[in-house]
Amino acid sequence: MTEKARGSTFGGLLPWLVVSPAVLWTLAFFAAPFIAMAVVSLTLHEGGGFSFANYQQFFSNPSYYQALVNSLEVTLIVTVISILLAYPFAWILAEQIPEKWQRLALILAVLPFWTSYVVRSYSWLLVLAEKGVVNNTLLQLGLIAEPIQLANTRFATVVGFVHFFVMLLTLTIFANLKQLSPSYRKAAADLGAGPVRTFLHVILPLTFPGIMVGAFLTFVLAIGDYITPQILGGNNELLMPQLIMLQIGRRGDFPLASALSILLMAVVTMAYLASARWLKIERA
Amino acid sequence: MTMRSGIRLASIIYAILIYGFIFLPVATLVLFSFQATLFPIPPFTGPSLRRYQAVLSDDRLTSALTNSLFVAVISSAMATLLGFLAAWGFARFRVPASAVLRGLITLPLTVSYLIIGMGLLVLFNGLGFPKSLTAAGIGHVVINLPLCFAILYSQMGEHQANIERAARDLGAREWQVLLLVTAPMLWPALFASFFLSMTFSWDEFVISFLLTRFDTTLPVEIWNLLRSGLNPKTNAIGSLVFLVSIAFVFLFELALFRKPRS
Amino acid sequence: MTPLVQVKNVSQHFGSMCALDDVSLNIAPESYTVLLGPSGSGKTTLLSILGGFLQPSAGQVLIKGEDCTSMAPAKRPTTTVFQDYALFPHMTVGGNVGFGLRMRGVGSAERDKRAQEVLKLVGLPEASGKKPHQLSGGQRQRVALARALVVEPSVLLLDEPLGALDLKLRRQMQEELKAIQKRVGTAFVHVTHDQEEAMALADHCVVMSQGRIEDEGPAERVYSRPSSRFSATFMGESTIFSGRIVARDEIETVFGRWHLTTAATGGTAVSLAIRPEHVVIGTQPLSLGKAAITDVVFQGSFKRVTAKPEKDAAMTLLARLPADSGVQPGDVMDFACDPRHVLVLTR
Repeated sequence: MTEKARGSTFGGLLPWLVVSPAVLWTLAFFAAPFIAMAVVSLTLHEGGGFSFANYQQFFSNPSYYQALVNSLEVTLIVTVISILLAYPFAWILAEQIPEKWQRLALILAVLPFWTSYVVRSYSWLLVLAEKGVVNNTLLQLGLIAEPIQLANTRFATVVGFVHFFVMLLTLTIFANLKQLSPSYRKAAADLGAGPVRTFLHVILPLTFPGIMVGAFLTFVLAIGDYITPQILGGNNELLMPQLIMLQIGRRGDFPLASALSILLMAVVTMAYLASARWLKIERA
Repeated sequence: MTMRSGIRLASIIYAILIYGFIFLPVATLVLFSFQATLFPIPPFTGPSLRRYQAVLSDDRLTSALTNSLFVAVISSAMATLLGFLAAWGFARFRVPASAVLRGLITLPLTVSYLIIGMGLLVLFNGLGFPKSLTAAGIGHVVINLPLCFAILYSQMGEHQANIERAARDLGAREWQVLLLVTAPMLWPALFASFFLSMTFSWDEFVISFLLTRFDTTLPVEIWNLLRSGLNPKTNAIGSLVFLVSIAFVFLFELALFRKPRS
Repeated sequence: MTPLVQVKNVSQHFGSMCALDDVSLNIAPESYTVLLGPSGSGKTTLLSILGGFLQPSAGQVLIKGEDCTSMAPAKRPTTTVFQDYALFPHMTVGGNVGFGLRMRGVGSAERDKRAQEVLKLVGLPEASGKKPHQLSGGQRQRVALARALVVEPSVLLLDEPLGALDLKLRRQMQEELKAIQKRVGTAFVHVTHDQEEAMALADHCVVMSQGRIEDEGPAERVYSRPSSRFSATFMGESTIFSGRIVARDEIETVFGRWHLTTAATGGTAVSLAIRPEHVVIGTQPLSLGKAAITDVVFQGSFKRVTAKPEKDAAMTLLARLPADSGVQPGDVMDFACDPRHVLVLTR
């Protein structure tokens, strides 16, 4: 994009005309809401003026900040497990499956996620419930005497998340593996590295930035998700999104809900800043 | 080469396990949507289309489905249009603070839907703007605009620029270049943007949940169904949604990959 | 002296396509061998087979007397300099160069020392701490060379290493490659499609076409006495026309009956080739008759002239005339050549 025209027809006005709808929309319906939330978070549901009470309440009330702790724990567990499961799968798709079947294999892996998200989470209930597929199978095989509580637990939430993020990470890691030049592998082999050492010293480091991007994506999407923990985790343990929705639904406490949302945003921003160096791609 | 065949065997087993894990919930869902008995839970007793009949005759569900499509189509069209105009503007003209503005437009990609929805709820509540499908649609444009912009901006490189210069050279005015040259050339990217936006909008829950009240979208309606306990209809509607989605993918594949690429 | 590398009747098929057809070749120790040919000639395939990246459909490869045909690249005493260099972007130059040593279990201090020595050899003594993306194309090429040399292979394989460089840099690198090869003493096998490069570098030049070896030998011999029509037109240009042997040392051509010494026997159809620098305007023992000049291209130190002979208008005469020659397209001139410069080719 070296040469750029000045808007010739409308004398410099054209670029603004064309660009402003998108910019204005973003300002009006993305930036403004943020400001609104920030302002509202500094007020109180009961009325009265400017106050930090909502934030204070969060940090002083254990059942509130526990939600954040729960969210961080769950998200971390989900990220780690998903990467560990997805990487070998992506590797198999990229290396072991013949080229002409690879696109089909990918499509097949993505297909089940074309159900409605709500319905898919609900389907996990069918699998994990007391009368669900897992319990039935275990009972019939005689491995357990009574059904085990799988649904409405943190375990169920993690399973639900991992199910989705394994797919997502497989896609990103697969793309990453495919764009590695085959010469790297040849060079490593040529210099004496067997398949294991080629992977450890060359392939893994080269795909590391891609993994970091995937991990960040997983973190951001998981920590802000309401459906999976609500359907699968039940109400025994609350995560941040559930806490936020609770304020809206029951009490209509917009100020507190806004404060909690801002806090969640802050956590995500901190995660972004921490991983920023991985999100910059260096070309060789 | 026993190590290689060992790796191969392990790979096959692992792949089967993962595919099994991936398909488990959906397979269960579809299987039990044909369940004849009262409860849509295991054990499986025999096939029946009763649930599907129930779904199709439920007015609330069918109107929610129509609403979903409506919101999806309109918001996706908006997002694609705004994204296209912005991409063209930034790619072809020198706009002051270009990098900042472009960053602004792509920023919503990094923010959770819940927070975007919350923000709009607070704003609309403060402005007295009622909950409605329109409100949800506005939210959907917010989440899809950055995506459309990113896709289209990346497609407006030097190669396209040269073709446009040729058109200008032959006498076309700016708006003619835009309408007769740029847009048609970019049709795969436009299609992809629209299609992806449709996908995200069609299945979107949180924003629709927060911003609609009576007329609502399908995911929210299904959610309402679920809250009143496991309902026989949900299996059927779930499977239906699945099948419709597969049809979408099929069409997408057909349209995009059957066309000759230049 | 046993050849260092013996390629015995190697063939390579990809499906129905034949990339190499019964190729046999010997590579002497400490030699610089160049595999020269156009794309599709099989030269890169042969190099891949030597390096162990491809297993031939038939035939054997022996290195130092040992059968290496199905040996993996890691186990062979060869290393390859790849066309795109394949430097590991996440490692420093020092890390890259030391990689092969690391795989062989050499300790880190020893690795650094040897890596530094080789980097000095290739002219990059200060580069050790840099990353590949901070280097220019020519510098990366040297690092790739250093990385391949430091493990002291018996044979160094180079796959069109100078293709990405501009002319001046290429010439400079050619000189350096030759010098390094002489210093280190390793046998080099270098693949290229550039015949000038081949002539500059090769002790032993192997001309390939369509999966077969057309000609091989010292570059000077291959150029001045090519053994095939292909070789005569690929290694430098030639005027080519046909002739027939009518009696011993007598060849009938379109320009008349010529007396040329040849081993070929009576009745055989042959091809005759003359290098452009041997086609002159003026008097020489063998007359090529009058020809109308169709094109004159200035090439700096000479003019490349194409002409249509009156005796056979379908033929093209190629001549190299002095840069200050005043000929123009359309001129009709008398061309001639010395019989010693006429090449008689039987295939």
